[in-house]
Formats: sequence, C-alpha cells, structure tokens
Amino acid sequence: MSTTTTLEQANTTTWDGGNEPMKASYGKLMMWFFLLSDAFTFCAFLTAYGAIRHRHHAYTGAPEDFTFSTAYWPIPEKVFNAFPGLHGVDLPLAFVALMTMILILSSVTMVLAVEAGHRMDKADVQKWLLWTILFGSAFVGCQAWEWGHFITGTEQGMTLPDGSVFHGANLKFNQYGPVLFADLFFFITGFHGTHVFSGIVLLIIMFINTVNGTYQRRGHYEMVEKVGLYWHFVDLVWVFVFTFFYLV
Amino acid sequence: MASTDISLTHDVHHAHDDHDHDHHDQHFIFKYIFSQDHKVIAKQFLITGIIWAFIGGALSTIFRLQLGWPQATYDWLEPILGKWIEGGKLSPEFFLSLVTMHGTIMVFFVLTAGLSGTFSNFLIPLQIGARDMASGFLNMLSYWFFFLSSVIMFLSLFLETGPASAGWTIYPPLSALPQAIPGSGTGMTMWIVSMAFFIVSSLLGSVNYITTVINLRTKGMSMTKLPLTIWAFFLTAVLGVLSFPVLFSCVLLLLFDRSFGTSFYLSEIYVAGEALSNVGGSPILFQHLFWFLGHPEVYIVILPGFGIVSEIIATNARKPIFGYRAMIGSMLGISLLSFIVWAHHMFVSGMNPFLGSVFMFLTLIIAVPSAVKVFNWLATLWRGNIVFTVPMLFSIGFVSLFISGGLTGIILGNSTLDIQFHNTYFVVAHFHLVMASSAFFGLFAGVYHWYPKMFGRMMDDKLGYIHFWLTFIGVYMVFMPMHYVGIAGFPRRYYSWTSFELFSKFADLNMYISLAAVIAWLAQFIFAFNFFYSMFRGRRATQNPWRSTTLEWTTPVNPGHGNWPGAIPTVYRWPYDYSKPGAADDFIPQHIPYSETASSNLPHEKDLA
Repeated sequence: MSTTTTLEQANTTTWDGGNEPMKASYGKLMMWFFLLSDAFTFCAFLTAYGAIRHRHHAYTGAPEDFTFSTAYWPIPEKVFNAFPGLHGVDLPLAFVALMTMILILSSVTMVLAVEAGHRMDKADVQKWLLWTILFGSAFVGCQAWEWGHFITGTEQGMTLPDGSVFHGANLKFNQYGPVLFADLFFFITGFHGTHVFSGIVLLIIMFINTVNGTYQRRGHYEMVEKVGLYWHFVDLVWVFVFTFFYLV
Repeated sequence: MASTDISLTHDVHHAHDDHDHDHHDQHFIFKYIFSQDHKVIAKQFLITGIIWAFIGGALSTIFRLQLGWPQATYDWLEPILGKWIEGGKLSPEFFLSLVTMHGTIMVFFVLTAGLSGTFSNFLIPLQIGARDMASGFLNMLSYWFFFLSSVIMFLSLFLETGPASAGWTIYPPLSALPQAIPGSGTGMTMWIVSMAFFIVSSLLGSVNYITTVINLRTKGMSMTKLPLTIWAFFLTAVLGVLSFPVLFSCVLLLLFDRSFGTSFYLSEIYVAGEALSNVGGSPILFQHLFWFLGHPEVYIVILPGFGIVSEIIATNARKPIFGYRAMIGSMLGISLLSFIVWAHHMFVSGMNPFLGSVFMFLTLIIAVPSAVKVFNWLATLWRGNIVFTVPMLFSIGFVSLFISGGLTGIILGNSTLDIQFHNTYFVVAHFHLVMASSAFFGLFAGVYHWYPKMFGRMMDDKLGYIHFWLTFIGVYMVFMPMHYVGIAGFPRRYYSWTSFELFSKFADLNMYISLAAVIAWLAQFIFAFNFFYSMFRGRRATQNPWRSTTLEWTTPVNPGHGNWPGAIPTVYRWPYDYSKPGAADDFIPQHIPYSETASSNLPHEKDLA
C-alpha cells in the first residue's frame, strides 16, 4: 500500500509550490525586484556620465596650476572644496565626506530600527526611526547647501568670450568647466536626492504608523523592514554617485 | 511604491477568504471598474488594447494610402483629419506623426500592455493555482497607470502641432528640438510623460507577475510543472523589470534636454540659421540607452506569444509539447541574449566597427534558441491528432510568420549587409513579420483559446476561420513584397518617393501592398464583431471546451473572485499529458494524482515520491 500513498502526495521540496521558496513574503520580494529595477535606472545614468565624461578631455597639467576651463573636465577636489562657515579655506571634499558619513550613520540607525522591530520593541523602533529621519533630513539639507554653493560659485568666476564674468553654474553655463559637468551633477545628485526625499517621506509614514501601534497590532514590523531595504539601497547608490563625481 | 502597500500587508489567503464572503454585494464600480480581481483587470487590458490596435491600424492604413497612391487627393479624409490635409494632400509632417504614433501605439500600448497585460493577468493565477495576484491593489494600479498613459497619448493626437513625429525610436536631436519639426513640440513632451506613466504601469505589473509566480504556486506546482505560458510571462516580466527603467532614464535625460536646456544628447547643432549653444553631448548615447530597452522590448512582445502558442499547439495536436525543458532553456537563453545585442540596431550609426562585429556575433547566436523553439513546435505538430480550431490555426500561423520573419533576421544581423539594408523596407518587412504580426497572431490565438474562460461563451468558429485566412493571407501579401522593395534600397519613413526615378518602377508593388494592408485591416472588424457579439450571444462554453490539462479549466465556467469555490487543486503532473498510452482519455489534467491513473503510469512514475 505504500506506493499508493506516495502517489497521492504532491512533492513538497523548496520549489514545489505551496510555500515561499525564497523565504520572503511577496511584499519583500516586490521591494527587491523594484530595487533591481531602480538599480538599472541609476546604472543608466552613471553609464551616461561615464560616456559623456569620456568624450571630454582630462586635465593633464600639475594640480597646483589648475584653473577652471571649459577645455577639460575639472578636478573634483578643486570644485568641491568649501565648508559652511569657513569662507575661503581650501578643504577638498571635506563637506561631502561629512555628508556621506551622515548618510551611512542613517543606515546604521535604520538597521537598529529593523532589529528593534524583530524584537517587537515599539519604543526602540520609534527612537531609531526618528534618528534615521533626522540623519536623512540632515543629508538632504547638506545637499541643499552643496547645491547652493555650486550654483553661487566663487568670486573669480569664469570670463566668457564676450568679456563678462559668470559665477557658479546652472544647466546652461558652468564656471567650473564643461557645461555637462554641471548638467550631470545636478541631474544625478538631484535624482538621488529625490530618492532620499521619498525615503524620508516613507520613514515618516512608518513612524506615524508605529506610534499609532499599527504594526504592534499586526504582529510584525515587516513594513519597516521593506522601507529599510529601500533606504539601504539609496545609501548604496550614493556610494557610487560619490565615487563617480568626487573621487575619480 | 512601498507606501501603497500599507493597507495590504495582511496575509494573502485571509484576504481572499474575506472576499469570498462579500464579493456578491460588491458595488458595480469596485467590481468592474476599480476591480482588484485579476480576471477583470485582464479584460480591461484586453479591451483597451483592442481599441488601441484599431487606432494604430487606422493610422497605418492612412499612411499606406499615401504610399500606395501618391498622386491621389484625400479631400474625403478632411472631415476626420482636418488641417492635416493641405490642398487635398497629406502634409509631410503628418505623415511622420502617423508613422511615429503607429509604432508607439502598436509596440507599447497593444503588444506590450495589451498582450502581456491581458494574458499575464488572466493566466498566471489561474494556471499556477492561486486565488489572485500577490497584490491585487498594485495590479489595479498598474492598469490605471496604463489608462492614464493611454489618455495622455491619445490626447496628443489632437494637438495642433501634432503628436510626436520623430519615429517611435524618438532619436534626438530631431526629437529634442521643437524647431526641428512641429511634432517635437508639445506632442513630444506628452509622449515622454505618457511613456513615463506607462513604465510605472509596466513595473507595477511586472513585479506582481514575478512575485506571484515565485510565491503563490499551488502545492506540487514546481517550476518544471509550470505550463510554458507561465514561463513565458515570467521571463517577459523579468525583461520588463530590467529594461524599462533604462528607457525611463533615457527619456528623462531627453526631457531635460528639451525643457531645461541641458546638453546630454546635443552638441554643435546648427538649425534654421541659428547655432545652438549646446556642446559636449552625444546623440549616440541616446541610441545606446534607447536600444538597451528597445531590444529586450521586442522579446517582451514576442515571449508571451511563444508561451501561448506552445500551450495551444500541444493542446490541439493532442501531444505533449516536444522538448519541454528545451523550450524553457531556449526562452532563458533568448532572454539573456536579448540584453547583449542592442547595438545591432546601430551598425551604421558611426559606432566602432569592431564593436559592431561583437554585436553581430551575439545577435546571430539568437538564431540557435529561436530555431530550437521552431523545431520543437514543428515536432509537436508532427504526427499529432491535430484539431484545427481557430486558435490552433493562429498558432500555426504564428510559427509560419516567425520562421519567415526570423530568416531575414539572420540577414539583417550581419553588420556588413546592414549597410545596404538599414532603414529600408527590408527592415520593416522583417520586424513586422517576426515580431509584430507574430505577436498579433499570438494575441489572437490566446483570445480565441481563452475566450470561454474569460466570458463563459465561445467565439463564433466560422467568423474565426474567415478572420484567420484573411489576416494570414493579408499579412503575407503586405510584407512579402516589402522585402523586394527594401532590397532595392527603398527607404522607410519617406513621405514621398515619386521624385526618385529609381523607385518609380515600384509604384505598382506599393499600390499592391497598400491594397493588401487595407484588406487586412478591414478583416479585423470581423474579429471585433465576433469578440463583442459572442460576449452576449455566443454559444455557452463547457467547463473544459478544448479538453486541456491545465488548472484554469478546473474552475467553474464563470469563475468568481478567488477562482476556485472550494480548495485550490493540488498538482501532481506536468501540464502536457496528452494522448498518454494506456490512459482512459487522451488528456490527464494536472490535478489528477498518479494513483488514479495506474493504467497509464510510466515505470518511473509508479514510485514517484
């Protein structure tokens, strides 16, 4: 009789259906696939950055003799060397390093929020979500200052062919070098900033729901976990944006 | 996206238990309009797709009139086309808009949303044994984003400056500069906005299809017991998730070039006596980004057809599909290759010829999995007890068109031959056969085959046969002669060719093509009539009219919300047990355990754990 009984049972290994083969709920899987998709969006932008930069000449002289010119791609250390409150001091990449630190810190607090969620510790989830929101907002604030400084420009500016002097940068003119340097900077950091901003909005929703006890009643904090995935992704993207715009 | 999830995170199965109790008194609006039931959403996609197909077909008919009878006057079209007729002639700008919108509508709105939107939604839960999609809400949202995108694209047809007219590939600088062509004004902006919403819709749909296939398969439904349709929809969704975001990036950069003065795609342009200030950008960059989507897109269009046709051919040949695993393998191969061949669209764009030969090599490899599929279909048909139902005819037609169009693909994939053939009607003939007509045949086959499951009634057979033969012959009459015109160097997208002495000997052939195109288009009204008439007056369907093995035929004739009134069936066997030696019937459905089919069990099935 043993053959008959086995013939009536369906297979039950990992991929045989009736279960979650990747040990993840559908919501988490959806978030993963969305992030995969979003990663392709950013890859396309960064590839475009690489291709366009490749079309421009690199600066070949000595770093100390560097001046801004549309003839070559600028050295990032010479462009991003300002720090709020320290006018005229040459601090290459100091401010952006601070920004990056803040964003990475926000990822740490996000991990702690998710971990608190696993423990069903409502108070801790609230605390760490709030820290994450704070660090995230601080990052966006820093980016606003960075943009502001980039747009305002330096005193010397760049002399245009008609003799007038142009300070700072916008989408059509750029005192620091080729106009595409500014175009790409605004576009890609802006697109990333929009992602951070959406992340903050999501975190605020998470925070409100946590305070209201929605997740406590539901019995799990998976929503926080899903937003956490998104937040880490945005953080990871910044590492690449940072590398492309500031380091190489 | 995640924020929309909030109200939905309760357990899926509980959700459906709730629905089972209250779906009878759902309000009309929530039952038929803002429905979260995958079957209703599928029908919404299908009907929207059919409407778009008629619009797209009408546009092509108009420009075929111009190409076939270049000397004729079109005053009689003035009531419809208004100012686009100038002194009895189609305006050249309008011709370009027609070509652009025909391509855009057919590729995206009909053969992407209309085809995979319909059948992925309809068949995935029914064939894998699920109550609904993983997230019914996101599924509904997917349709409404598509609807919004459709409305925007439709409205752009009525702009005074016309809809987008830089070709469906919208290459800059033509598409980036409003002063270059009227269609690159508001029409182009609306095109971009519409496509952005379309991409959102596609993404919401695709992540849903993927997660549903991974997580919601019923007990026993392993990946190698899935019907080939599901494999096809699954891979289509994966391609969509990975390629559409790149189109999104691509058009977003274009939007900035157009509206905010950036120079991503623009450099050193002199237009209408004025030098533009843009320097440093690259139009080739656009082409790379565009075709990184564009090439997987043609597989997004054709893969659902592969799946539907495999299923229908096996059912109607009353034979197991030949090479089930090879079919899956070849689809995987095609999906993978689709991402690394995009530059074969750019052989003559000024790209490095060495790079061209790399892409040529990769492109020609696609012939291998494609041939595997074709031979498997033929081997399935071989010595089958073929039942020539309407969907079967369309499936065989699909195989025929795929072969005819695929062979010219091998020619076009060669970068040296492409120097002669690029941008000629040879290319037009090639992709209309292999991708456009084939995908349409897949769509028709699917509609005829699953109509009884959708509406509980059968479509009329006689009208179906007439529709098939007119369409099949019509399609060949249109596209076969086009190859000859193309080999002679006749360029595509040209409004008028009468000033080239070289081409005047093709006047008759062009007229012939146009006549065939008009007939083929008119034949589609037979389908439309059949479709809507049968919905109300068609013969009532039985539960399993095609004697098929897959799970959707175990549901009631008109499945309610939740699909199965009782428990979801468990799956024991693959979906192609047709004409199994020793079996009582010539098909054994997937949910019949081996213990009930002792007479037909193969030796290794006797002790299946």
